[in-house]
Amino acid sequence: MNIPKLPLGRLVEQIEEWLTLYFGAVFDLIHSVIGGMVEGINAGLTLLPAIAVILLISALAYWVGKWRLALFALIGLLLIDNLGLWAPSMQSLALVLTASVLAVLIGVPIGILCAQSVTARNVATPILDFMQTMPAFVYLLPAVSFFSLGVVPGVIASIIFAIPPTIRLTSLGIRQVSPELVEAADAFGSTPRQKLFKLQLPLALPTIMAGINQTIMLSLSMVVISSMIGAQGVGAYVYRAVSQAKTGAGFEAGIAIVVMAILLDRLTQNALKIKHK
Amino acid sequence: MPILEVKQLTKIFGQDARRGLSMLQQGWSKEKIAREAKLTVGVNQAEFHIKEGEIFVIMGLSGSGKSTLVRLLNRLIDPTAGQILFRGQDIVKMNAEELRQFRRKNIGMVFQKFGLFPHRTVLGNAEYGLEVQGVDKKKRRELALKALELVGLGGWEQHRPDQLSGGMQQRVGLARGLANDPDILLMDEAFSALDPLIRKDMQQELLELQSRLKKTIVFITHDLDEALRIGDRIALMKDGVIVQIGTPEEILIQPANKYVERFVEDVDLSKVLTAAHVMKQPEMIRPERGPRVALQLMRDSGVSSLYVADKEMKLLGVITADDASLALKEQKSISDVLRKEIPIVGPDALLNELFDLMAGSPLPVAVVDERERLKGIVIKGAVLSALAGNALPEGGDI
Repeated sequence: MNIPKLPLGRLVEQIEEWLTLYFGAVFDLIHSVIGGMVEGINAGLTLLPAIAVILLISALAYWVGKWRLALFALIGLLLIDNLGLWAPSMQSLALVLTASVLAVLIGVPIGILCAQSVTARNVATPILDFMQTMPAFVYLLPAVSFFSLGVVPGVIASIIFAIPPTIRLTSLGIRQVSPELVEAADAFGSTPRQKLFKLQLPLALPTIMAGINQTIMLSLSMVVISSMIGAQGVGAYVYRAVSQAKTGAGFEAGIAIVVMAILLDRLTQNALKIKHK
Repeated sequence: MPILEVKQLTKIFGQDARRGLSMLQQGWSKEKIAREAKLTVGVNQAEFHIKEGEIFVIMGLSGSGKSTLVRLLNRLIDPTAGQILFRGQDIVKMNAEELRQFRRKNIGMVFQKFGLFPHRTVLGNAEYGLEVQGVDKKKRRELALKALELVGLGGWEQHRPDQLSGGMQQRVGLARGLANDPDILLMDEAFSALDPLIRKDMQQELLELQSRLKKTIVFITHDLDEALRIGDRIALMKDGVIVQIGTPEEILIQPANKYVERFVEDVDLSKVLTAAHVMKQPEMIRPERGPRVALQLMRDSGVSSLYVADKEMKLLGVITADDASLALKEQKSISDVLRKEIPIVGPDALLNELFDLMAGSPLPVAVVDERERLKGIVIKGAVLSALAGNALPEGGDI
């Protein structure tokens, strides 16, 4: 038996060329929107001197968490500043926040759609599986060819990699609302929209927030990979340290990522609890 | 005109359910259809009407189709065939918007596990139905507070449902159902999740609410006692079929078939039948007729005592044969020798409340209405015969 190799790789490349050819304008628009967002957030974060931002974030941590989280924020961020990694860390944070915000804006509506339509769910599930298991490096390449090098393809790759938990958990959270409550909302003559906003979304909120939290964590895990295609930030420091076998510098940059990860995780997790206080 | 008329209402679950209709019409059993067509018959050609202002109980064991039936009435489940006429308008034919308006204005629902929205306050729950209608905030708050007041939850409006006991939670459910003042209230096993004592209280309160508000209530239950206590009429379901519809008495006394008979045979009749069911016409006399006439009457009808009542039938007391002859000898009037210590009950008194009274008195128990007018008397033999399940003695109002 000698079946010729299927031209799968060739096919993907042809699709890529075709998209670049006919949707160049769309990609340019997306490029400038995302690029603008990252720059805007980065500019916002570096508007004030580092120490002022550190104090503000610590105050926020005190407000949503307690003094322990505030203390961690203060010490951790001062450490980042002390290591001379403040500016690249803020660049990475801007990338992560942009990717997360866009992932939530896109992911929550898709999740709602999946919760309400079995067809949508059946279409989305294999795509989400594909997005999560396909190694991230593989879709860095088309991202680069659509959006060239830099931070924008990094954001796109981060969104693709990080959006599945938001979609899945939004859908799950809505479907988990007890059927009796949904029945009650129906029995009193709610429109589908009223049912969604007055009942399903409020009750699904903790689950949706868990998904958003996961999305933020996953996009943070993409900063090193994004740096391979030219995204600036603390990820680039890690990448450089690895390629030059500099253990110390790599560890320093790694610590900065860990501090940001823990802070983002605790801040988003606690954000929900405030509402219930 | 009945407020709700149900004709040939059928629900079959499964793929391509309509093919089950002809099987039902050919008289196939639920089991046969399940086996050969892989279809589940939920409700089988139900036919009944509900009168304005009555409590209509649908009773059956689990799996009898009663919960499906009640959900067909507001189309939480869409029927496979049949008609549901609300004041002549077919609910089955309504489009989504008409159905929404019908649910908002005409039909409310109370759920078995309360179905309260945990993220809303008691008030927020009670005003939900008004909120989705677009009633303005001030008005809906006022109506919701009124409904909460009605169910005895005044002052609890800012609490969350999970801070309340089961009984109170179901009051919230009831207030939510009543707040938009629907014509019909569906209650799906509304009290089944409550403790027995609280359950009885709620049944009592529902009856009181009903007598004030005159709502039409469709009440689902698996509990015969509950059905008998609150139902004006009861529909008994088995395997999706309504096997009998009737007043509680009709179901108890004349079960339509063996199934109903088996269902009701364990009922403690003493907790269901009332004094009015077993009382009989008393021998009576007006006081001004005198002891001589009294004695003559007793001789004629073969009794040893007479009930004395005035022109308005107001019960004054009892005169015995001995007392009457004494009065005759001593030239006294009936009023002088009247015995006033006779046991008295209202017509709604249950038989089990009568036992003590009867044991403690040689005289029959007198049944009087709220204006103290004598309606009848209850003798021991009539009670025993009724409890044995025999046809009721003459004088019962069945």
